[in-house]
This record gives sequence, C-alpha cells and structure tokens, in this order.
Amino acid sequence: MGRYIIQRLLLVIPTVIVISIISFIVIQLPPGDFLSSYIATLEAGGQVVDEAQVAALRMQYGLGEPVYVQYFKWVGGIIFQGEFGQSFQWKRPVSELIGERMMLTVVLSLASLLLVWAISLPIGIYSAVRQYSPGDYFFTLISFIGLGVPNFLLALVLMWLAYTQFGMSVGGLFSPEYADAPWSWDKFVDFLGHLWIPAIVLAIGGIAGLIRIMRANLLDELPKPYVVTARSKGMTERALVLKYPVRVALNPFVSTIGWTLPGLVSGSIIVSVVLNLPTTGPMLLTALQSQDMYLAGAILLLLSILTVIGTLISDILLAWLDPRIRFN
Amino acid sequence: MSVATAPAAAEGASTAKVDINTTSQWGLIWHKFTRHRLAVICGVIVLLLYVVAAFVEFIAPYDPEAQAAANAYQAPTPIHFFDAEGNFHLQPFIYGTSSKRNLDTFELEFVEDTSVRYPIGLFVKGQPYKLWGLIPGDIRLFGVSDTKAQMFLLGADRQGRDMLSRIIHGTRISMSIGLVGVIMSFFIGIVVGGISGYFGGVVDIVCQRIIEFIRSIPTIPLWLGLAAALPSNWSSLQIYFSITVILSLIGWTGLAQVVRGRALALREEDFIMAARLSGSSRSKIIFKHMVPSFMSHIIAALTLAVPEMIIAETALSFLGLGLRYPAISWGVLLQEAQNLRSVALAPWLLAPGAMVVLAVLALNFLGDGLRDAADPYRR
Repeated sequence: MGRYIIQRLLLVIPTVIVISIISFIVIQLPPGDFLSSYIATLEAGGQVVDEAQVAALRMQYGLGEPVYVQYFKWVGGIIFQGEFGQSFQWKRPVSELIGERMMLTVVLSLASLLLVWAISLPIGIYSAVRQYSPGDYFFTLISFIGLGVPNFLLALVLMWLAYTQFGMSVGGLFSPEYADAPWSWDKFVDFLGHLWIPAIVLAIGGIAGLIRIMRANLLDELPKPYVVTARSKGMTERALVLKYPVRVALNPFVSTIGWTLPGLVSGSIIVSVVLNLPTTGPMLLTALQSQDMYLAGAILLLLSILTVIGTLISDILLAWLDPRIRFN
Repeated sequence: MSVATAPAAAEGASTAKVDINTTSQWGLIWHKFTRHRLAVICGVIVLLLYVVAAFVEFIAPYDPEAQAAANAYQAPTPIHFFDAEGNFHLQPFIYGTSSKRNLDTFELEFVEDTSVRYPIGLFVKGQPYKLWGLIPGDIRLFGVSDTKAQMFLLGADRQGRDMLSRIIHGTRISMSIGLVGVIMSFFIGIVVGGISGYFGGVVDIVCQRIIEFIRSIPTIPLWLGLAAALPSNWSSLQIYFSITVILSLIGWTGLAQVVRGRALALREEDFIMAARLSGSSRSKIIFKHMVPSFMSHIIAALTLAVPEMIIAETALSFLGLGLRYPAISWGVLLQEAQNLRSVALAPWLLAPGAMVVLAVLALNFLGDGLRDAADPYRR
C-alpha cells in the first residue's frame, strides 16, 4: 500500500508541471503582452502612465526576455513566495484576491460531491434491485433528464421560477448582512442555508451519471452464483445485497470520483456565474474578459491542481478498497 | 451456431422477417436498432433537426435580424381556429396585435385586434433571403402572407425580433458545431486510441497518461482560457472554426478510450493475427481490418460525443466567450436570458435552452440505442 501511494504521489509531480505550463500558455495567449494592453487602457481613460513604474513592472515579470525565463520567474514566485503575480484590474496581488473565493469553490465542489454520493448510491441500488419497477422507470427518466440538461440552464430556470413564483432571489452564498462580515457561527448557518441550492444544481449531472453506473454494475453482479449461494443459505435479502454485490459494484463508483470532480469544478464555474456566487467562477470570467491574465492563469492553475489532488485521493481510496489495484 | 441463432431467429420472426443466418452485420445492427423504439424516435428527431439546420432560411418565417422596437418582448402570438364569433376555420389564423403602453405600470401591453383574420399558409411569399447565402428566394415554408400582421409564435426578444426565426437560425450553428467538432476529435481520437491499443506496452502507457491528464483538468476553465484569447476582430466564420478546434482539442479523449478498448480486444482476434502473418503493414492492419470491425462502436461513441460538444458551445457562447453577434447559435440567444428581469418579463427567452435540452436528449438516446445495437451478436 505504502509503495503504491508513493508511486501515485510521484506521478502527481509531472502532472502539476504540465498543468503549470498550460496555465502559463493561457496567460501568454492574448496578442501583445498584457502590460501594453494595460497601458493602452490607462491611456484611453486619459490617465498619465508613469514610465518608471512601467519599467519596474517589465523588470519584475521579465517581459522582453525569452518565454522560458518568464515562465520560471512566474513559477518561482508561486513556489518561493506564494505570489501569483499582480492583478491589473484590481491593482492587488492575485493571492490576496483569490484566497477566500478558492476556499468557497472547494467547499461548494465537496458539498456537491457528497450530495452526488449520498443521493445516487441508494437510488442506484434501488433501481437495480427493483429493476423495471415503476420506481426504477421514474428514476431512469429523472437521471436521463439530469444528464441532458446542462446545469447552468437548470440554474437559470430555478432562478426564474423562484423569482416569479416566490418573489425571492436565489443566488449568492450569503445574505447581504453577512456578505462582508467576518466568519461567525451565524454567518456559517446562513452560508449553509444558501449552499444547498447551487450544490444540488451542480450535483444533478453527476447524480444522473452515477445512478446509471451503480445500476448497471449491480445488475451485472446480482445474477452471479455467489449471490445465489448466499440466498440459498437463507440470508435476508437486504443483508445479502448490501454485504456482497454492493461492495463489488462500489469499486467503479469510487474510481469515478476521478471524472466527477473535474466535472463538478468545471460546472461550478458557469453555475457560479449564473447564480452570482462569490467563488472563483465569476472572477475567472471577468479576468478573462478584461485580459487580466495573471489572475486568470492563477485560477486555472489552482482549479486544475485541486482536481488532480481529488483524483489522487480517489485513486488511493480505490487501492485501499480493492487489493487487486495495489498489487498490480 | 444453431443454438445461438434459434432464439434470435424466433424473435426476428415475431417483429420483422429477417433471416439471421444470411443478413450482413450492418443488417443485423439495423434490425437490433429498430427494435429500440425510443432510439428510433430520437433518431427521427435528430434527423429533423439536421434538416432544419440545412434549410433554416426557408423554414424560418422571418428574417432573424428584422427588428421593430414596437414589438419588443411581444408575447407569443396565439394561433386560432375559432374566430371571435365562434366560427370554426380549417386554416389556422392569427389576429393582428397593437401595442399600448399601460400608464400605470409603464409596460407595453399587447391587445389582439379581432376585426381582421390573417390566415397562416404554407409556402407563402415572405421577406427575401439567400439560401446558404447563395440562392435568392422569398418563399418561406409557412407564415402570414399579409405583411400588415406579424406572428411571433415564440414571442419576440428585446429588439422585437422573432424568437422562432432566431432559434431556427441558431439550429444551423449549434447542431453543426457538434458534428464538426466531433469529426475533428474523432481523427485525433482514432489515431491516438488506435496506436495506443494496437502497439500496447510503453506506447500505450504514454498515451493513457496523456488521456488521463487531459481528463483530470476541468474543461470549462481551460476552454474559457483558450476562447478568451481569440482576437475580437475575427469574423464569425473564423471564430466558429477556432471554437470547434478548441472544443475538439480537449474533447477527443473519450473517443480515444473507446477506440483503444476495441483495438485491444481485436488485437487478439485470429483474423488480425492472420493479416499480420501474411505480411500486411501496420497501418493497413489498423485501417483496413481493425477500423471497419469497430466502426459501429465508433459511430455510437460519436453520437454520444455530439451532445457534449453542443453543451460546451452553448456554455461558452452563453458566457460571452464563444460565438458572438452577428452569429446566431442557441448559446448566443441564451445570453439574452442572463438578465433575470427580462426572463421574468419574457420567459420565452429561455426557449433556446429548451432546444438545447431536446437536441441533447435526442442525441443521447439515439447514441444509447446505437451502442446497444453496435454489437448485434451479444444478447
């Protein structure tokens, strides 16, 4: 087990390096360097540009030097100083800006992941055990719709319904009085009260997918001889199903965290924009629109690393569950 | 052989007379597919959507850019069969509407004028258009021939443009971007997956690592990042192709995995071994022997990949980083629905979203049916 974990950890290093390169490419993509466009917007606004300040910025980011030097300056700043660069739009260091938003993104993604599990596991088992029952058809229908409706559309419809039917505005993660307040118990309760709507919206797609997987896996296991044997020995059906076939069917269930998590993080971006949540999503969008590339690159980098860590945890969990993977 | 075919033959006899023993593989696949009722219905829907996409100019009742401030946010025009006196008319008709500003709420209110009927006809003369930008014409599939009345079957948007016409025009880009994107990712997927599955060993491990890596990063932020870099002065056509390239650069991994899985299974088959022993080159074995035998699986996987592309394009355009005005796609149309107040005022702004859901569901069910039919020998 220890050896497997170390192997798996070593694999993360090249992955993170490639992610950082891709994020840096995205930072570099807009035509011209960002400083020129920054100066252009300042001048368009009628502001005077301080030549000395520009020169200092040029120096700091290594502009004009070869691309790989710029890359190492950027990565070096992140590793040694925890410094992701300067946001030109906000005129503040990126690290100050994204801290809390990043945390809220993590909390939101984790909450949806838990929801995905908590809802799809029992429904998947039910659908398989009672195959072709009205309940099974109902959940099959629901899960197909869940797969077909993009979650931002779901968020949009939900907001519209809440607004027109109940006259309330869904959206945000805090009530106005808590938005800028420091964390307290009251704020936390308020936060939980807001969290569940975006969490469900995000989770729907994953729930639909996992119900299908769980149902199919369990249906493969149920007719196997060991199930028949256990049944013939007089085990109660409930204990029988939960103890053996479900455990076997659970395996692919765990391995799907690997693709559920990137999906959730991905979805959280656009759902957050629709529901106006104070997560990284809206910030990434405005950063990209105004070509505030260091901010955008940092968000892209951190979100990707987040999913890599999630996948890592799911792989280790899977190896712990299934000895065949450990020894392979 | 006889044991395996007996029940299948009995089933075939009950639905359609198909001779299981002599039908080609594609015949068997078709036979199995048609037994999947829902998939067939969804196949028809998909076909219809592509027919609409091909002839948007003719099918849309109005020019999608024709605007009139007086019609802003006009509610869907009701279609009548009974006139104000209660008489039945076989040909459906609409009434003209006049707008009036309510002086209490300052909202435009639309009142039907029941004095004149405007029948809806087929193949009526409407606003002129150019089919595919080439062939001029002015006959439209359906509409009101009298220009004094305008029908808004799905309401009008902020600038008084007909939503139905705009949605029909959006069909072309939204449905085709999925297809074009999937064809591009198909080529990447089949090359990488085929090589990976055929060679195995180190090549396979490297390809798998690349695929795993791409799958482990969240796609939407990356798509957004790449799409944001597209120069804003590019033409709609350039943006369209760049967006499809961006979508397929990240979206090919699923297809590659299907191809690899099939290739790994086929590698052990006797006829591949026979081809290798008789001295066929590797590329010949891959493209001449292996590809045809997993083509059916590929088609199913392709069908399932199209809706992902459609959703991705819709999401990008919705956020304003994909296609932009003057291009019309469902995502571009949904941008109007970003403002909650206008949606509350005009819920029909969400109609393009309904089209996305319809297309995605239909393609998903069709793909499921195709996947089940892809291996007609399995029971």
